[in-house]
Amino acid sequence: MSKIISAAKLTRQRLLDQLFQKTTWFFTVIVLVLLVALIGSLVVGSLPAIKTFGFNFLISPEWNPVTEQFGALVPIVGTLVTAIIALSIGIPVSFGIALFLTELSPSWLRRPLGTAIELLAGIPSIIYGMWGLFVFAPFFASTVQPWLQNTFGDLPGIGFLFEGAFMGIGMLAAGIILAIMVIPFIAAVMRDIFEIVPSMLKESAYAFGATTWEVIWNVVLPYTKSGVIGGIMLGLGRALGETMAVTFVIGNAHQLHASLFMPGNSIASALANEFTEADGELYTSALIELGLILFLITFVVLGCSKLLLIQLKKREGVAT
Amino acid sequence: MISVYTRRRMINILHLTFSVLAMIFGLFWLFWILFVLVGKGLDGISVALFTEMTPAPGSAGGLLNAIIGSLMMVALATLIGTPVGILAGTYLAEFGQHGWLASITRFINDILLSAPSIVIGLFVYTVYVARVGHFSGWAGALALSIIVIPVVVRTTEDMLRLIPDSLREAAAALGAPPWKVVTLVTWRASEVGILTGVLLAVARISGETAPLLFTALNNQFWTVDMNQPMANLPVVIFQFAMSPYESWQELAWAGALLITLSVLGLNIIARFFLRKRTLSG
Repeated sequence: MSKIISAAKLTRQRLLDQLFQKTTWFFTVIVLVLLVALIGSLVVGSLPAIKTFGFNFLISPEWNPVTEQFGALVPIVGTLVTAIIALSIGIPVSFGIALFLTELSPSWLRRPLGTAIELLAGIPSIIYGMWGLFVFAPFFASTVQPWLQNTFGDLPGIGFLFEGAFMGIGMLAAGIILAIMVIPFIAAVMRDIFEIVPSMLKESAYAFGATTWEVIWNVVLPYTKSGVIGGIMLGLGRALGETMAVTFVIGNAHQLHASLFMPGNSIASALANEFTEADGELYTSALIELGLILFLITFVVLGCSKLLLIQLKKREGVAT
Repeated sequence: MISVYTRRRMINILHLTFSVLAMIFGLFWLFWILFVLVGKGLDGISVALFTEMTPAPGSAGGLLNAIIGSLMMVALATLIGTPVGILAGTYLAEFGQHGWLASITRFINDILLSAPSIVIGLFVYTVYVARVGHFSGWAGALALSIIVIPVVVRTTEDMLRLIPDSLREAAAALGAPPWKVVTLVTWRASEVGILTGVLLAVARISGETAPLLFTALNNQFWTVDMNQPMANLPVVIFQFAMSPYESWQELAWAGALLITLSVLGLNIIARFFLRKRTLSG
């Protein structure tokens, strides 16, 4: 009697098991489908533009809604230039912060300071944008830009980067604000991976009489190299796709300038500004193609970042 | 002639000074931004802010419809995104572990986690808004839920992995089938951690502007109909801040302060829980 009941119960449990496992499996597949649908819908949406402009879309600087001539060169260049500025400021600063948090800070300060830097990542990007436009840009125009032009303006080779009027907004201002926004991301990754370096390695170097800096430069950095690059790529991915902060301060002009003081445009800010006002299939489609390009670039960058971080994790597994 | 020893020490001090300066540089921006926000935002905080609708240019008003719209869309997005995220995260931690599906999903999920949010708005526009023919609160919530999913997947998986296997084995040894082990043992043990993930996701989407621009758009009037274009704080702030009207700009600052305080508050609460979790687990 009891045997029969338990057999029936067992079958029921087995069914429930199947059901539960299949449900979790189904939602996992949904995550994958989401990505495929995302790329697919962008490709379909940009087909009219791809058909009309072909490869030329990528290299043409023209952007004229009236004559329906579209090229992505200006926003692509703007996106890359602002991201490069952001990284060239962000990498050394993040490295310094991670160094401070892992090696220098007294332990009671470590947690509050770490949290403070993480909060910097929590501030919504639209706040960076408002602050950038109303507070940072005027200060930048009145103080930093004249100084930059006086100091570097006459240097051959790079002087042209600092030409023009002091407007505050422009590519350089956008790049600097992006730098502030990516610092917490890069710093957090660097801090986390600096912490996994086995203390035995560091202690051996200290025992040989190495200074703190020598330990960092010759032991910690080589050990965590792939992770550090992964963290930087993660920051790059963020900088490329950042929308609102850049939209406020980049100036939104479809023009190419050598000077970093001049306004430009990035892919994300072009989308934010023009998409809802775009009339005509070709205009909309060209903007969607911009989005597709942005997504593909960030996909590759983030993918590389992820692979590098996995590589580090594998090594960690071997070492310990 | 400086000895090698002094030189090495000087190089060391130089770099460590730079490190301290970098830390100060980072904190400097945080405090500058918060200082400006509080200074400019406090003026606009009043009762009217929470009781009146967004005004026409030049007249007085509040942000009530935008606040309600934001709350509704964030709540709905969390309701859609959380179950999907938790179940997918459970598969990654409990069932799939080393299979091909789990490895690929983990990879894709991390990419979705950092994908540009404006592209997600574009995606929802092409598959939903363009089909239905009008902007709506549903579309906004949908876009936000796509941002919620990867955050919840990631934290759920991480938290479930913290649960020691002995706990699962103990339950299994008592004869509990796997679905009971997961729902009654591991989920319960990592409750706080999973909840933290949801909180972090809410914090993240509360401030998102870009995905709402092409989905929920904006609405100057009161509506709780999710099928209409819906007012929401981030887009209202964007529109008001870019406008030339001073009364609008003041409202934008007040809204900005509101949003930042709630996002940072959520972040701090989540981190508090997370710390408790990792200390006790």
